[in-house]
Amino acid sequence: MPDARNPDTPPRIGVYVCHCGTNIAGTVDVHALAEYAAKLPNAAVAREYKYMCSDPGQELIRQDIRDLNLNRVVVASCSPLMHEPTFRGALAKAGINAFFLQMVNIREHVSWVHTNKADATIKAKDLVRAAVRRVGLHKPLEKRRVEINPNVLVVGGGIAGIHAALTVANSGKHVHLVERQPTIGGHMAYFDKTFPTLDCAACILTPKMTAVGSHPNITLWTYAEIASVEGYVGNYKVKVRHKPRYIIEDLCIGCQECVEACVYKDGRWADEFNLGLSKRKPIYLPFPQAVPQKVLIDPEACIEFKSHKCKKTCVEACGERNAIDFHQRETIEEINVGSIILATGFKTFDAHRNAYYGYGVLPNVYTSLEVERLVNASGPTSGEIVLRDGTKPKMVGIIHCVGSRDHNTNRWCSKVCCMYSLKLAHLIRERIGAEVYNFYIDMRTPGKGYEEFYDRLLDEGVHFVRGRVAEVTDWPIHPSEEGKLIIRAEDTLAGFVRRIPVDMVVLSVGLEPQSDARDVRRMFNISCSEEGWFLERHPKLAPVSTFTDGVFIAGACQGPKDIPDSVAQAGAAAAEVLALADAKYVELEPYTAHVLEEACSGCKTCLTICPYTAISFIEETKKARVNEVLCKGCGTCVATCPSGSMEQNLFEDQEIFEEVEGLLAYA
Amino acid sequence: MKYTYYPGCSLRGTGRAYEESLLAVFRELGVELEELDDWNCCGATTYMSYDEVQSYALAARNLALATKSGNDLMAPCAACYLALHKTQHYVREYPWIGHMVEHALNVIGYPTDISVRVRHPLDVLFNDVGLDAIRAKVAHPLNGLKVAPYYGCQIVRPYSIFDDQRNPTSMDRLLEACGAKIVQYPLKTQCCGGSQKGTLPEVGLDRVGRLLAGAVCGGAEMIATVCPLCQFNLEAFQEEASNAHQFHIPILYFTQLLALAFGIPLKEAGLQRSFVSIKPILAEKEIAYA
Amino acid sequence: MELKRVVMFEAERDPAFANWISHTVGGERIHHCLQCGLCSGSCPLSLWMDYTPRRLLLLSREGFKEKALSSYTIWLCTSCYACTVECPKNIKVTDLMYALKARAIQERFYPKRFAVPELAREFSKMIRGAGRITESRLVLQVFFKTAIWRLIGFSNLGVKLLRTGRLRFVREKVSRQKEIVALLNDVAATRKELAR
Repeated sequence: MPDARNPDTPPRIGVYVCHCGTNIAGTVDVHALAEYAAKLPNAAVAREYKYMCSDPGQELIRQDIRDLNLNRVVVASCSPLMHEPTFRGALAKAGINAFFLQMVNIREHVSWVHTNKADATIKAKDLVRAAVRRVGLHKPLEKRRVEINPNVLVVGGGIAGIHAALTVANSGKHVHLVERQPTIGGHMAYFDKTFPTLDCAACILTPKMTAVGSHPNITLWTYAEIASVEGYVGNYKVKVRHKPRYIIEDLCIGCQECVEACVYKDGRWADEFNLGLSKRKPIYLPFPQAVPQKVLIDPEACIEFKSHKCKKTCVEACGERNAIDFHQRETIEEINVGSIILATGFKTFDAHRNAYYGYGVLPNVYTSLEVERLVNASGPTSGEIVLRDGTKPKMVGIIHCVGSRDHNTNRWCSKVCCMYSLKLAHLIRERIGAEVYNFYIDMRTPGKGYEEFYDRLLDEGVHFVRGRVAEVTDWPIHPSEEGKLIIRAEDTLAGFVRRIPVDMVVLSVGLEPQSDARDVRRMFNISCSEEGWFLERHPKLAPVSTFTDGVFIAGACQGPKDIPDSVAQAGAAAAEVLALADAKYVELEPYTAHVLEEACSGCKTCLTICPYTAISFIEETKKARVNEVLCKGCGTCVATCPSGSMEQNLFEDQEIFEEVEGLLAYA
Repeated sequence: MKYTYYPGCSLRGTGRAYEESLLAVFRELGVELEELDDWNCCGATTYMSYDEVQSYALAARNLALATKSGNDLMAPCAACYLALHKTQHYVREYPWIGHMVEHALNVIGYPTDISVRVRHPLDVLFNDVGLDAIRAKVAHPLNGLKVAPYYGCQIVRPYSIFDDQRNPTSMDRLLEACGAKIVQYPLKTQCCGGSQKGTLPEVGLDRVGRLLAGAVCGGAEMIATVCPLCQFNLEAFQEEASNAHQFHIPILYFTQLLALAFGIPLKEAGLQRSFVSIKPILAEKEIAYA
Repeated sequence: MELKRVVMFEAERDPAFANWISHTVGGERIHHCLQCGLCSGSCPLSLWMDYTPRRLLLLSREGFKEKALSSYTIWLCTSCYACTVECPKNIKVTDLMYALKARAIQERFYPKRFAVPELAREFSKMIRGAGRITESRLVLQVFFKTAIWRLIGFSNLGVKLLRTGRLRFVREKVSRQKEIVALLNDVAATRKELAR
């Protein structure tokens, strides 16, 4: 066996040309190519075979390595993305370093893009010649193994985050679930009923929420945010910023005596959970089924924070438990996890942006989320659907596609609004028997049971007008319109404009990425799509992975979706995370960059240029250093380095030059 | 401050008072206006309906002349303002239009640079002159005169360069600076019907009636406009439009209101050209005038 | 009650018309129209239209030339641009209306003595002649061409305008009128060449 590490051993290269059936052989003269390759310098043997990736094909290579003492291999076949691992495996099995392989793509780059056989063969020869020159310079490399910390971080406590956390925790691994709001539950907690089954949202959500709250394997951080993330797959160091509730969480039992006793007899501040439709006190429980069932104090509202002169009746009411601590501070704690699932959800479109719908100007124009709260029994009106003046509306208009499918606001379809608009129509009819008009453009009901739900609505006497609403106005032109909100739209199916007077207008607002999605994604080193949704690795085949190993996404943060899809993605992300944890280690490709310290001038140019923040500056030596685990081998720093002191395994300058010269040499 | 001034055809006819008051106000503010020499009709919306590229060529001639002068070009008539802007946009956006217009300009020996900044007097007064300078010139404040500011369509659509497209407020602020009280006018950017009253009278009347009703029901004692056709439409057909409401309300150009506030004599501001005299309301509101 | 058969056969479509409209200003996005109806809903004149703007766009892009050009809609449009601004697909609806209007004027797709196209024709004639519009003359000419007796109805208004000095008969004109004519002729000539 030749010692491949000995530089004095001349390269003995085996070249293998694959026919790939007729995929390659149909356009490239594979026989001529193999003959040509056999005569190249340092080529010990050149063969052609119908399917190199098959077992016999690989055996060909292995046999030659053994019998002919080959120490380098060139395979001219398909794209390395297809079979590089296959052929590397063959080399390793035969006892030589897997990275003594160079693949030449004569399928995607030659036979699939050219038609002239003669020209294609010439090109294939050029490419093989270049590869043969290059491969002789390959150095032996080893994949690096990195251990995976089995702990998992889930960011976001909505239904996706909750489901992912429970799935992982049930496997025995430890999960940190970090939620920015004082309670978990996400948007689903706002709803009354969910489509298409009309399941009560709270009834199906709260058991899961409680399970999270009491699970031995879940550390629940609420009213907390991620402050920073460092590290790499399997080894993340995350700092969690825990905001002060001014309540000692371990002592509070959620009895709410303090809220009752507060010096403010009535609420005065907009209740966030009821979207400002009701008021709360400075000390409050976010909503009745909050998990954790603990109150918090709003320092902007509480007198004690402003004047320090409050009677503090809350403290008195808390009594012996003494759970209130006005001096509580924000803390930053560090946790170590191996993988991260981002399930940060969405926000709704700000209806103020559609000036012609009158939101914020005309009093009885509501967003769909506000109406969800009205309809909810634990909402601001105890489930009564009423207008601002407390009366029940007799006519309600529901406007679809607000802030969706519109080049002036958001181009995309928000996927859930048609369904929830139908749901709201049903609930309104059921509760108060009002006349309901749904103004839609298309009725999008693709899920399981969704079209059937629409069918059911059609039996309930809801009026459906196909036309995008142009304006909501209170300016009447007909006596029947006095005192009403008039919705003006073309009934496109009937072919004329209609003006429909209603008492209440519901704007079916679309879904948007969270307002700080771009900042969050930077913190986790992942990408966003153009619209701001977190970017998946592949829209079809890898919807919950990202381009950063170890960080996964699930739910609406990846794109608008309903609860079934969010839960499915959460399960998928949990599976990915468990696969990582159970594999116990991950192997990283060795084509990383490294610094030739003698030549490094400490200019730090590479630091800012690295898209993976894999380079750091060592103060003691004033040199740059590459974290080979974070490095993805993109080559940017190598090309940028002004002193040429950055080198990349498998893409060293000499290797590249040889390849180029090989291409340019005339046969 | 100096601007090239493009009156447009209407300001020499039914819109005379607009020109008179505009010139008087700018004179008072010390802003120099130089009329664009040998300007031609911009084509407005009517020529555009006949042949759009010829329409752009007409506007382009004015733009080329104005660009040569070096100052910003001020066009008070909303239709002219839009025609000029649209030409500048479309010759870039549609290369085939750009070539045809350029070719035509070459044929008459004109430079093809039409990049002059086209401004509306509202824009100039609000942004260049500024509210403080306006306030300083107010000699006879308008004492809470209730005005409905009517912008119409062409200065905010499709290009809203100096104000909000759906709820513009530059005129509101200018008139408030003169002491007027701005009335809520949700129809402030709805079309007045343009030339419909002449061609399709029933349609035109309907549009006018609604706009008048909207203002009057909002409590307006006067409507301020920025376009000569809007002003004419709202003013000339009030009797015809009256049925449920009786309309007898002065329709002025916003520059006329400014002129009033500045103490410019009524005649100089063209105020004797209104169909509905403003003297009764001035007396009622105890607004002094020259 | 009249029985009418209304199926439209493909042979009745005019593909050249459909092609033409997709190449005018605004036509580049006409195929994006989802028929949502926002243009019709925001149009202040749509109450009077036989075919709403949305419907007219569909008829045009499908090539139903007769229907499109004989609609009342194209004459009602005041180009207020509400449709263009609101369209969620960024289609320049107003410009499409202009294109249809201009085509209808060219091909005389309107009844005799119809005021709207006559106004456009007289307007263009006056520009060719003088370079500027003298409103009073233009109005008189249009009335002449369409319904001269309506002048009687406008006599009251006419008197008011005269009294307030807003009715002037002095002909407004451009001194270098030759330039205007040359400009317009050149554009017309280039257009003819492009059409070839």
